[in-house]
Amino acid sequence: MSEQNVPAHLDPKQSFQGLILTLQNFWAAQGCVILQPYDMEMGAGTFHPATTLRSLGPKPWRAAYVQPCRRPTDGRYGENPNRLQHYYQFQVLLKPSPENLQELYLQSLYAIGIDPKLHDLRFVEDDWESPTLGAWGLGWECWCDGMEVSQFTYFQQVAGFECSPVSGELTYGLERIACYLQDVDSIMELNFNGRQGDEKVTYADVFLQAEQEFSRYNFEQANTEMLFQHFKDAEAECRAILEAGDNGNQHQMAMPAYEQCIKASHVFNLLDARGVISVTERQSYILRVRELAKACGGAWLNTEAGGA
Amino acid sequence: MPELLLELFSEEIPAGQQRRAAENLKKLITDQLVEKGVLYEGAVAHATPRRLTVHIAGLPKASQDVKTERKGPRTDAPEKAIEGFLRAAGLNSVDEAQVQSDPKKGDFYVAVIEKKGELTTDILADLLPGTIEKFPWPKSMRWGSGKLNWIRPLRAITATFGHEGEDPEIISFEVDGLKSGDTTYGHRFMAPEAIKVRRFDDYAHALEQNKVVLDFERRKEMIRADAANLAFAQNLNVIEDEGLLDEVAGLVEWPQTMMGRFDEKFLSLPEEVVITAIRAHQKCFCLRDGATGKLANHFILVSNLEAEDGGKTIVGGNERVIKARLSDAKFFYDTDLNVPLESRLSKLDNMVFHEKLGTQSARVERLVTLSEAIAKQINASTTDVTRAAKLAKADLVTDMVFEFPELQGLMGRYYAEAQGEKENVAAALQDHYKPVGPSDSVPEDLTAAAVALADKLDMLTGFWAIDEKPTGSKDPFALRRAALGVIRICLENKLDFAFDQLLAEHLKNFNLVGEADEILASLFGFIEDRLTVQMREQGIAHDVLSAVLYKNGLAKGVSLVNLVARAVELNGLVKSEQGESLVAGYRRAANILRAEEKKDGRRYQDDVDHKLFKTDDEEKLATSIEVVNEAVAANIATDDFANAIKELSSLRGPVDAFFENVLVNDEDQAVRVNRLNLLAKLRDTMHLIANFSKLEG
Repeated sequence: MSEQNVPAHLDPKQSFQGLILTLQNFWAAQGCVILQPYDMEMGAGTFHPATTLRSLGPKPWRAAYVQPCRRPTDGRYGENPNRLQHYYQFQVLLKPSPENLQELYLQSLYAIGIDPKLHDLRFVEDDWESPTLGAWGLGWECWCDGMEVSQFTYFQQVAGFECSPVSGELTYGLERIACYLQDVDSIMELNFNGRQGDEKVTYADVFLQAEQEFSRYNFEQANTEMLFQHFKDAEAECRAILEAGDNGNQHQMAMPAYEQCIKASHVFNLLDARGVISVTERQSYILRVRELAKACGGAWLNTEAGGA
Repeated sequence: MPELLLELFSEEIPAGQQRRAAENLKKLITDQLVEKGVLYEGAVAHATPRRLTVHIAGLPKASQDVKTERKGPRTDAPEKAIEGFLRAAGLNSVDEAQVQSDPKKGDFYVAVIEKKGELTTDILADLLPGTIEKFPWPKSMRWGSGKLNWIRPLRAITATFGHEGEDPEIISFEVDGLKSGDTTYGHRFMAPEAIKVRRFDDYAHALEQNKVVLDFERRKEMIRADAANLAFAQNLNVIEDEGLLDEVAGLVEWPQTMMGRFDEKFLSLPEEVVITAIRAHQKCFCLRDGATGKLANHFILVSNLEAEDGGKTIVGGNERVIKARLSDAKFFYDTDLNVPLESRLSKLDNMVFHEKLGTQSARVERLVTLSEAIAKQINASTTDVTRAAKLAKADLVTDMVFEFPELQGLMGRYYAEAQGEKENVAAALQDHYKPVGPSDSVPEDLTAAAVALADKLDMLTGFWAIDEKPTGSKDPFALRRAALGVIRICLENKLDFAFDQLLAEHLKNFNLVGEADEILASLFGFIEDRLTVQMREQGIAHDVLSAVLYKNGLAKGVSLVNLVARAVELNGLVKSEQGESLVAGYRRAANILRAEEKKDGRRYQDDVDHKLFKTDDEEKLATSIEVVNEAVAANIATDDFANAIKELSSLRGPVDAFFENVLVNDEDQAVRVNRLNLLAKLRDTMHLIANFSKLEG
């Protein structure tokens, strides 16, 4: 268990980074490649190609990583204790989903200090769907003492393609879990580095100013005309890459094409936050991103890593 | 006698599906057994979050021998036919067939096929895999590299068969690589080890030892009783919630009921907000003070664990989550109160009502116009009604309703009261959604009634305009409920006004799929159908209503109140002796007219000539009809259907006498025609009230 001789700066009960490092170590021991965050803005860890693309095709894959998530509409200028426009997800993807995935997940909770003999852990029905990714799956919200701490999904379809074999996806809401472990009421109060006194760095020290600045930018400043153009550019570039990369036999540029799809999706989120996308247009933008995701998924299935 | 124990052990099954699935499984298996000639004494299904269990007792060791006869062709049938029959029946030659005689058809072949009984274990091993593979889940999934579709990953199958006191045998089969056996598992955390089971009795017992209560009802009653005891000890009462109880009992295998608290300051929130936050989002029960009946700052949670610290951590954790939820709610409430409802309206521009019906803003505009028009019809204050309609959807863009959508309407009311709206206007913000179901009351206040009617009529007109009508069991926008709401609001409040002009005008707001006239006719027909169903429940048969509707539908500008008044009176008439006789006379007249009009190829509708009457009875009937016709018309003009019917029923005597003593088809053509014209007058007079031909005998 985590208390055994773990220094404070690595202890998930005392430091936010300790929580991340413990999860990384746990999943590394399960054979996952531990990746670093993808270097693009995205709304959820699922958009990372290590999940979206790698969940397609027959080849086995195990990965775990932290992914910063950008949800411009959730920004509250740092004033809401539980809501941020930028936060972290810890994402695990195991393909094919192993038989003991639930047990592994529970062991990972134990590793971060959630003892199943003390806490009420529950798997509560959840149907997951991502209209922009053309993806859906079945699984649960995982509850700890009445709080949702993770999402657990067996992917059935991604980018419009059946998943075979099926991947198991785990998403940990890190800030929320950390608040519980550290017993604080607001994310901003979290101890980030596990030190005390002058050496202590809080979540607010790291992110409060960023929350304020990005809320201002997302809601008030973002240049919508430029963003509309960015969307069009990303969409066009994605199409162009898809066409250029197809040599008739294999696809040579599925990943660069997919990056443009990620870009289009984030630009759409920014436009949404600026309130400049009308309701009727909204649906059509989601559809346009989904079409890109589907085309990229199709291309990926025709590459070395995605193919049979 | 032997019994079957089948357990399908899986990852957590959604709470709402467990019991139905277990019952389905039982039925699928027993149906197939019976079909194969295997009868049983009793079958029971059980479900927990992780298992579906079927126990079938009193099974035979083997199915009975079954003898089936298969009829063949006549003995003198062509060779080809006989050969075909032999092949199909699996016989080698006609010697193996029997010959039967039929007095009409002569001699023919019959193949008697005897099927030996099969071992029940073989039958089960044969049918169970297919039953599992093809199980009809509403939404199922695959996992790993497997091919099986199940609600969530299936992890173990226990299937045993045997007598009491004997070691049972395993019914051996495989589903997508998973082998059946006799091993199950206890509680996920308290007793995760494998358990070897034999028969149902020791299985249920072993589960209980391993912290699993198999019986759903028992889990439910345990929770109910424990909750009541915890509440009683604090002089509190649990707010009953059967739906929540069902759900919670489906989320645990070993229910542990505990009580938690929250800060009293949250009791300043509207009660419904606290209850919704705790109940819908945390699946915990709320409580009331036993003395005052006020909401208490306690809640009851049900956990799945007998924790090592007695549950302190679990209660603490739940209190924390509820505190966060209520803090959110309080934050939403306080910030919502700072923004007047009216200034939120522009945000409705960004909220879609329906793809083809525009935004909520557009809908609000329509509601204002339509409810104002309705207000004028029912003498409600147009100022209040338009104010209420304008604000009716404003709470949809408050933080509170965004977070707790089930509080729509109610929050509108609270916020409207807080900003000093008139009481009836504030109430209408909540009550315009009424009636939400058949057991819900209708708004009585005219302001709320006008907006409620506009709300529902706008939905109906809109969805009819774009041709999104309910079909069969599909009614995604709850339009049947909307139509029933319209009917109940009008009838229960006696709001006597016509829809035809109103909705024809309202229809202009939409892009029509089809012709306006046809859309309206279809919509009115739909409302009339709902009215028919509604009236039937009140003892007015459908034929009475269709008699009334014949010439007087909503499309003709007749109000619902008017239609029902006619139907009630007509119903009284047809149920009376007087009426029965009158209806019989009407039928006779109508039948004669139909036959003669057909024969003569013309319609009788001319005035009667009194000089051509040969009998007193004719004269009397003619005079009565003239008097009654005028009186009925006058009564109808003032919507006095009771008197109209009374007048009409006075025709009974003259009609009876006429048919008793007068032969319509007189030899003198002029007399005959005159009599037919007289019958036509009778028919037309009666049609002033309703089309009596629609009445069923």
